[in-house]
Amino acid sequence: MIHLSDISKTYRMGELDICALCGVSLTVKAGEIIAIMGPSGSGKSTLMNVLGCLDRPTGGTYTFEDREISAMNDDELAHVRNAKIGFVFQSFNLLPRFSALKNVEMPLVYSGVPSKYRTERAVPVLEKVGLGDRMEHKPTELSGGQQQRVAIARALVNNPPLLLADEPTGNLDSRSGEEILNILVDLNNQGVTIMIVTHDHDVAARCKRIINLKDGQVVGDRVQA
Amino acid sequence: MNFLETFKVALEAILSNKMRSGLTMLGVIIGVLAVILLVSIGEGARVYITKELTGLGTNLLIITPGKTTTSGGFHPPSAGTVRKLTYDDAQALRRRAWLLTDAVPIVLGTGRIKFKNLGRDTMVIGTTPEFQRVRNLFIGIGNYVSQNDVDTKAKVAVLGTKVKEELFGDQNALGQVVMLSDARYRVIGVMQKKGTSLGWDVDDVIFIPVTSGQELFDTDSLFEILASTPRAEDVERAIAQIKNILIRRHAHKEDFSIQTQGAMLSTMDTILGVLTAVLGGIAGISLLVGGIGIMNIMLVSVRERTREIGIRKAIGARNSDIMAQFLIEAITLSGVGGVIGIILGVGIALLIPLFVTVLPTSVSLWSIAMAFSFSMAVGVFFGVYPARKASLQDPITALRYE
Repeated sequence: MIHLSDISKTYRMGELDICALCGVSLTVKAGEIIAIMGPSGSGKSTLMNVLGCLDRPTGGTYTFEDREISAMNDDELAHVRNAKIGFVFQSFNLLPRFSALKNVEMPLVYSGVPSKYRTERAVPVLEKVGLGDRMEHKPTELSGGQQQRVAIARALVNNPPLLLADEPTGNLDSRSGEEILNILVDLNNQGVTIMIVTHDHDVAARCKRIINLKDGQVVGDRVQA
Repeated sequence: MNFLETFKVALEAILSNKMRSGLTMLGVIIGVLAVILLVSIGEGARVYITKELTGLGTNLLIITPGKTTTSGGFHPPSAGTVRKLTYDDAQALRRRAWLLTDAVPIVLGTGRIKFKNLGRDTMVIGTTPEFQRVRNLFIGIGNYVSQNDVDTKAKVAVLGTKVKEELFGDQNALGQVVMLSDARYRVIGVMQKKGTSLGWDVDDVIFIPVTSGQELFDTDSLFEILASTPRAEDVERAIAQIKNILIRRHAHKEDFSIQTQGAMLSTMDTILGVLTAVLGGIAGISLLVGGIGIMNIMLVSVRERTREIGIRKAIGARNSDIMAQFLIEAITLSGVGGVIGIILGVGIALLIPLFVTVLPTSVSLWSIAMAFSFSMAVGVFFGVYPARKASLQDPITALRYE
């Protein structure tokens, strides 16, 4: 499903070129659930941004579902983000002015779904993450765990094959974190490919494959039972 | 993302900060209001003056003593007079200039009219019977000055309604004897009420025979000769005819000027057109300031919503979607401001003449169209830069923005 070949991302800082990713190669098959671990500055987030088509690598090739991502223009990348990839962020990143329902409907707006069908599609997803009774609440009226569930619903509403989560439990208490993790694992059981960036070994323990990064390189890639 | 969708998003953003949006719009509202109001006042003055000048009688020729090189426009009344225009000049024109229907000699001065213990300083015009027709001023009660009165230098006076009311009140003035300067005049008629025309109170006037007037003011010259032609096409030929006759009478010198109503009209029209343009231009500046206000607020708004832009891009918004969102927001601000400004501007322009009667207004469709399209253009022009800035945000930087 995903094939990274010798991906690098370098930043220029004064005279020096610093690589956040220095030749990363990896393959992800559909239906996997992967934890990406590593110390701060190891390039986890950069890898996530490249995988999520938010950032372009400076070198190497990235193929997603047999399509070459590196060659795409901005609009095509926007389309991939909209239809193929769901994002879950550490800080939820919901739009505070809009209700939970409107937030979940947002990706559908950009895929051109007419407004009456949007609600039809957003409601079941919110019910699936257990927020059927909170749909008209604004993010500020929801707890952290609930906000993250809205964010997951938003990521799922277009039925993307890939879900990327960047420290999804980082801002949550352990009970809420556990619930969010359960939802993610559950989704994986239904066939969604999931990649989670995390520091938390308990989170990693729930994933079947763990990739370790250090200094922009893959230093460990193992599958656990 | 279609237009309606983007418009809804923009409207939500505008309504989420009503105070700020309202103040931003106010800049445009005031600008559009000023454009419409000032242009309608300028237009009103133009329409009013055109109507008044046309009301004096079309195809009017005004012959004044002294040569001015400019044609049309106003002439200085004190321009050096080489030779006077005389009553006989007018008579000659009347007899020999067959293209003219009338040639009315006019003397003009001020005099003190007294009746019993009431007195009034007022304008005295010496005329002939044809004056009524040439200037569209007509007798109300009694008779106007007759040719016989002119020939016999009769001491008869026709009063304007205001003079009549001041001196006689509700009493009958006909047949009464009034003192004009030191002479006794018999009142033979009262004019119809006409009101003010170009700042001149036509009712505050006394008409007497032109010959009596020359005696009264102790002069043998005329203030002017008013002539008229039956058809507008004849004006040029009539001028030639007048020149021909008068030059021969004036020792082959052209020491008089002929102005036409048409030339005066077009001069006034040009002056007032320029005035309207200047007023509109000044108002346009305030509209420009309103536009800068929009740009300012949009820049603040883009910065404030950096994170929102990042989120929207992460979930699939294209650059053009973001651009459209902010651009439509700016255009909506200026467009709604423009519509409100038009409604207020037209409303006030229509109300002004009801309260300030000396200030006629004329709301023209083109000023409304111009003000609206200008306000929309302001929205586009001042919205593009902030919107483009928003659309080119890097999604990752935008998402990290606090």
